[in-house]
Amino acid sequence: MSLRRIEGRVLVVGDNVDTDAIVPGRYLTITDPKELGKHALEGLDPAIPGKLKERSIIVAGRNFGCGSSREHAVLALLGAGVKAVVAESFARIFYRNAINRGLLVLEAPGARQKITDGDKLVIDLERGVLVLASGETLPFKPIAREVLEIVEAGGLVEKLKKELHHGGR
Amino acid sequence: MAVNSITARILARASGKDRVEVGETVVAKVDKVMIHDVTGPIALDIIDDLKAGIPSPENLYVFLDHYSPSPSISASNIHRRFRIFAKTHKVANFFDVGEGVCHQVMVEGVVRPGEVVVGADSHTTTYGALAAFATGVGSTEAAYAILTGKLWFKVPEPLHVRLEGTLPSYVNGKDVVLSILGVLGQEGANYRALEFGGPGLRALSMSDRFTIANMSVECGAKNAVFPIDDITVNYLEEFGILPNSSSLSYLKPYEVESPHLTLNLDALEPMVAKPHSPANVVPVSDVEGVRVDTAFIGSCTNGRYEDLLIAAKILKGRRVSKDVRLVVTPASRRVLVRALQDGLIKILLDAGAVVTPPGCGACFGGHLGVAGDDEVVISSSNRNFVGRMGSPKARIYLASPATVAASALEGCITDPRHYLE
Repeated sequence: MSLRRIEGRVLVVGDNVDTDAIVPGRYLTITDPKELGKHALEGLDPAIPGKLKERSIIVAGRNFGCGSSREHAVLALLGAGVKAVVAESFARIFYRNAINRGLLVLEAPGARQKITDGDKLVIDLERGVLVLASGETLPFKPIAREVLEIVEAGGLVEKLKKELHHGGR
Repeated sequence: MAVNSITARILARASGKDRVEVGETVVAKVDKVMIHDVTGPIALDIIDDLKAGIPSPENLYVFLDHYSPSPSISASNIHRRFRIFAKTHKVANFFDVGEGVCHQVMVEGVVRPGEVVVGADSHTTTYGALAAFATGVGSTEAAYAILTGKLWFKVPEPLHVRLEGTLPSYVNGKDVVLSILGVLGQEGANYRALEFGGPGLRALSMSDRFTIANMSVECGAKNAVFPIDDITVNYLEEFGILPNSSSLSYLKPYEVESPHLTLNLDALEPMVAKPHSPANVVPVSDVEGVRVDTAFIGSCTNGRYEDLLIAAKILKGRRVSKDVRLVVTPASRRVLVRALQDGLIKILLDAGAVVTPPGCGACFGGHLGVAGDDEVVISSSNRNFVGRMGSPKARIYLASPATVAASALEGCITDPRHYLE
């Protein structure tokens, strides 16, 4: 997560996108991100996995990722090449899973109203803003300290490796 | 400001503090970790990759319940891997196919009041009915907790729900929680702890409380807690657990000055969640007459003995509509055996039900009752998202086991109170 700047085209989705929509139950014996990625958000619209070939940022409404704790949802998005999800708000288990797996998740109130499906979007992590297609900038909520620690360690597994090898607390 | 919640008191103890504040991050000792055959493989990948030993295998609970028994080669291979894992790491608490849905087995004498339990499944919130702190985590965090015995938590802001009165006949825990979801909405309790209290607690059996704590996650709650009372103690005693009441005083009912939500149980009706959200809730009268193809009674939400009992009461001596398949999945081996001994299974079978082995099958669209295109399902389970139980074209209504049973008889959504004697 040393990325300072993420740039990509946007897929806009609505409120309460649940984990069954992100990866339907019938694919849950799969754990390979690439394979899961072929079905990312298929529950919402079967055309989305195809679209994601050229979209790398999802802009969503409220409560993105609600429902099941399945980490497959995060793996599917990563496998489909999604680099970041910008939403009004996130469901909590999805949010933690995303952080732990290195999928950037940002809360940016009001972003969805100003962004159109297919727009180009720049996420400037250093300045803490989104740069919209129009050139307008929009701030996102700062990332909490404890979350940043995990992100900086390179995800929870990397943090875990350090702790196990150093007998850390 | 000190937090008035059982959740905060449990998290303070588990992190070695006298008190904690809302929003504070604590690293808590985790007493038990649960994984299963859907979320577990990703945790196993991490444990295998790290070539790490499990320091306390006695705290790990492993369930093969989502595919029980396995319907496919891929699921069977996952199961094989788990059996080898359990032997290699000396995991004694290994529950193979047929033992039951993880959450039901975990409340059959495993989880104790005051414990911190995490499970790689969102419905881990169920155990809060036993005055424990229990929440769902992802597979990576489950692996972290398995390997380190701890996890970080932000102390959640409580959302106090006061219950008053007593439940009318054929209205139960499912109707209570659906009512709450209807008021709070799908994210109304996001990141918060639902803490239940009030004189109405006395009207709720443990079965009702498990259902309510289970579905609390559908409004985004991090966890749900019922305080410990005589009903909890009597339930635990059935499983040979004798809580020391003086040391558990911090888990007892407590006064709240201004609860966020007050629910009068006397006024409750049977409720139904319409497609495609568990919070899209209406009284049953609003949807009566909607034709159904499949009726499902089961899941960690409503597959307990009490659920089969009320269904059997309605179905006894009657016959399910010829246009409806009624699938009944007891939540655990214990539930199935008791229902068998008491004659409930025969009543269900005589009424035309298909009774399956214990497991999660139909609820998540895995197997044993997958919904087809344009089919209408009435289900006692917990989620009615698009595609949850199979085809994305299916329409799922959620209701209590009583409402599901009555609807199975009539072939359309039906108020169970029509069957009151």
